[in-house]
Amino acid sequence: MGVLEPVVDVQPLLEIKNISKGFAGVQALNKVSFSIAPGEIHALLGENGAGKSTFIKVLTGVYTRDSGKILFDGQDFHATSSGHAQTQGVSTVYQEVNLIPTMTVTENLTLLQQPKRFGLISPKRAKQRALEMLERVGLNIDPSKQLDSYSIAVQQLVAIARAIGTKAKLLILDEPTASLDAKEVLRLFELMRQLKSQGISIIFVTHFLDQVYEITDRITVLRNGSFIGTYATKKLPQAELIHAMVGKSLDELTSGSNRETSDSADDVLRIQNFGKQRFLKPVDLSIAKGEIVGLAGMLGSGRSELCEIIFGAQAVDQGSMEIAQNAVHIKSPKQAIDHGLGYCPEDRKIDGIIAELSVRENMILALQAKRGWLKPIPMTEQKAMVESMIERLSIKTPNLNKPIGELSGGNQQKVILARWLLTQPTLLLLDEPTRGIDIGAHHDIIAIMKELCEQGMSLLVASSELEELVIFAHRVVVMKDRKKVMELTGSDISQKSIVNAIAQ
Amino acid sequence: MKERKKFLDINPKIWGPIFSLVVIIVIMGIIDPGFIQIEFKDGRLYGSLIDILVRATPTAIIALGMAVVIGTKGIDLSVGSVVAICGAVAAVLIVETQLPFFMVVIVSVLVGGGIGFLNGIMVSFIGIQPIIATLILMVSGRGIAQLVTGGRAVSFDSTAMDIIGSGALLAIPVRLWIMTALVLCTVLLLRKTALGLFLESVGANAKASRLLGIEARMLKVIAYIFSGMCAAVAGMILIADVSTAEINRLGLWLELDAILAVVLAGASLNGGRIYLGLTIIGALIIQTLTTIIFSSGVPVEYNLIVKACIILAVLLIQSETTKNYVSQLRTKSLENRHAE
Repeated sequence: MGVLEPVVDVQPLLEIKNISKGFAGVQALNKVSFSIAPGEIHALLGENGAGKSTFIKVLTGVYTRDSGKILFDGQDFHATSSGHAQTQGVSTVYQEVNLIPTMTVTENLTLLQQPKRFGLISPKRAKQRALEMLERVGLNIDPSKQLDSYSIAVQQLVAIARAIGTKAKLLILDEPTASLDAKEVLRLFELMRQLKSQGISIIFVTHFLDQVYEITDRITVLRNGSFIGTYATKKLPQAELIHAMVGKSLDELTSGSNRETSDSADDVLRIQNFGKQRFLKPVDLSIAKGEIVGLAGMLGSGRSELCEIIFGAQAVDQGSMEIAQNAVHIKSPKQAIDHGLGYCPEDRKIDGIIAELSVRENMILALQAKRGWLKPIPMTEQKAMVESMIERLSIKTPNLNKPIGELSGGNQQKVILARWLLTQPTLLLLDEPTRGIDIGAHHDIIAIMKELCEQGMSLLVASSELEELVIFAHRVVVMKDRKKVMELTGSDISQKSIVNAIAQ
Repeated sequence: MKERKKFLDINPKIWGPIFSLVVIIVIMGIIDPGFIQIEFKDGRLYGSLIDILVRATPTAIIALGMAVVIGTKGIDLSVGSVVAICGAVAAVLIVETQLPFFMVVIVSVLVGGGIGFLNGIMVSFIGIQPIIATLILMVSGRGIAQLVTGGRAVSFDSTAMDIIGSGALLAIPVRLWIMTALVLCTVLLLRKTALGLFLESVGANAKASRLLGIEARMLKVIAYIFSGMCAAVAGMILIADVSTAEINRLGLWLELDAILAVVLAGASLNGGRIYLGLTIIGALIIQTLTTIIFSSGVPVEYNLIVKACIILAVLLIQSETTKNYVSQLRTKSLENRHAE
């Protein structure tokens, strides 16, 4: 158990006392208690499924709590909806920007409180107010432009502007940095410090531990719905933090790097001059049996695009492709699957899971699609397959018929992985397989990848997390500006060499 | 105990529509015991409940096709007009030609399937919004049916049609056998093959389905063909009722009842789950209300208003919001009791 340390000796802004919340069969939160001081940046950490999202939803009234007490500003706090919570001074900015892309920035900012004149919206005053709100977050953009004409990072800041624009005392940032690049993250941090100096408290949920150490005052760790501890950030070494989060030490997580070079005679995939106009410049690449090839590069460098054209999700207009030494022309994902490929897309929620369908159905779909609709997999066989996968990948789900949309991100990703493993592919394309996933599931997925390659499966893994690529890849292909710029093998692979290749 | 828990896990949703139907029937049974009486006369069953089943058949069959289309995130507004067209075709074939009856059936069903195919092509390959694509035929279909009959009501005299209209087999009206057979075939087709799963997958997330190897376009066309065929069968049953195809009224507004039946079954218009059995229950709820209102002596001009109010009440009973509200009230009252 952690040491409870009050940062300053004042009345806390928010006091959480013994909050519990259960869903049919699963205790999502179990007697969680901690407090947040005024003007504090407080990290809320834990694996996927630890209960962070549930906690936020209970706090903001999206879920009703089963038991426990919340004191906000010394008052009993009982939000009935996120809108209600916001009027009480608790605002949340979610990972997926919660704005309307086709409206202007002004409209997005003033949507809930339109400045009116004689009962009609006054565009002039609306713009005025939008500019004031933007100024508070230090954003200098034209608010009369449509929101989606700006980058995700700017949209994120607009979302924060809207959140604090309504006199927020507590701001909850749920994974705000997941889709930002390094420079944009710095800008966000600057804003967070500025808000802190205005006395606004911030709950910061993230998977990036470096960022936790850069910006936060204290850390609260949840694991499996239970409160593990609240710690002062400065007094908690990173290794101990990881230990608190997963119950495993960092050494276990990073050991056992595999760096044998495979025999190139048995390539499972070879592409030459393979590309598409205005999508991806021609790429040469070969992948051997049992090899893990990493795809490194920044967002928009062409990592995902390469996966998409190999899998036939996008049609190519030049170049050739060989699978197991046979020339093939793949025009659709279906054909790619028939040739023994599998693909876990980057955007799990939109392209990966079918949220309404159950864990079982999601898992067997690809295999069933491969067999065709006339040859259904018998139910007993399905159950056996799914159960063995649940055990093999240690997927946490109360039962097979749970809609997959109700699982945590890490477990969803494992189900998608299992979906492809059931088709027994020769080459698996994984685009950001560990995005938005906590260390525990992260570790599981990397272990699974290594195991698969030992069994002779080949993997092409696109990832923005360099330390991860360095651990498991036999070869790293570096992409930049939709072009392959470098290929690193063996001992040349290091975070430094990859960064150098990108920076060139 | 474990078994029971599993059973509840599988389908907690099914109780809503069944509960609504039972409540309506029980209330009627209390008000008027004659309502739930069933008699055996001249080798077949009679009674209000049997009458409801008989009258609900066309709507239920159309709703079956509608459930599949809605499952793919589509909608088929043309079914009422397809009923008119196929009814007209069947009537004209019986009167004007010497075709054997089973050929009349086959031709009508093929016409329905053909119209569904056109709908499917427009939605799936040309990319027109389902509501617009099927609206085209909803509007023009009745005109086409007029052309088929030459603008007049076509009366016919056919033993086979009489049997469909009022015959009974093993004391049960023939059309109920037809409906039961259709439902069973559909269930077998969707659940004993992977077709149902693929349709649901495409309806719930077309993009992800494509990326895992399901080609959505043909599947959607199949759904619309099926819906057209169901409408054709319903059309034949409706003309068999009165031995006349009267185009202006045949199948009018049936698409709305069918959509309502699917919604009462708990399906989402955003696609995803297909509930075949519950859709039939939905159609029965609608017909029960219609029958009750018509036989209750409420002035004619209030009929539709009363029906709309009761359906609204049923939808409210089944809605998630109500469930959450009720469970909140329950927790609150429990908390109060604890506090005392």
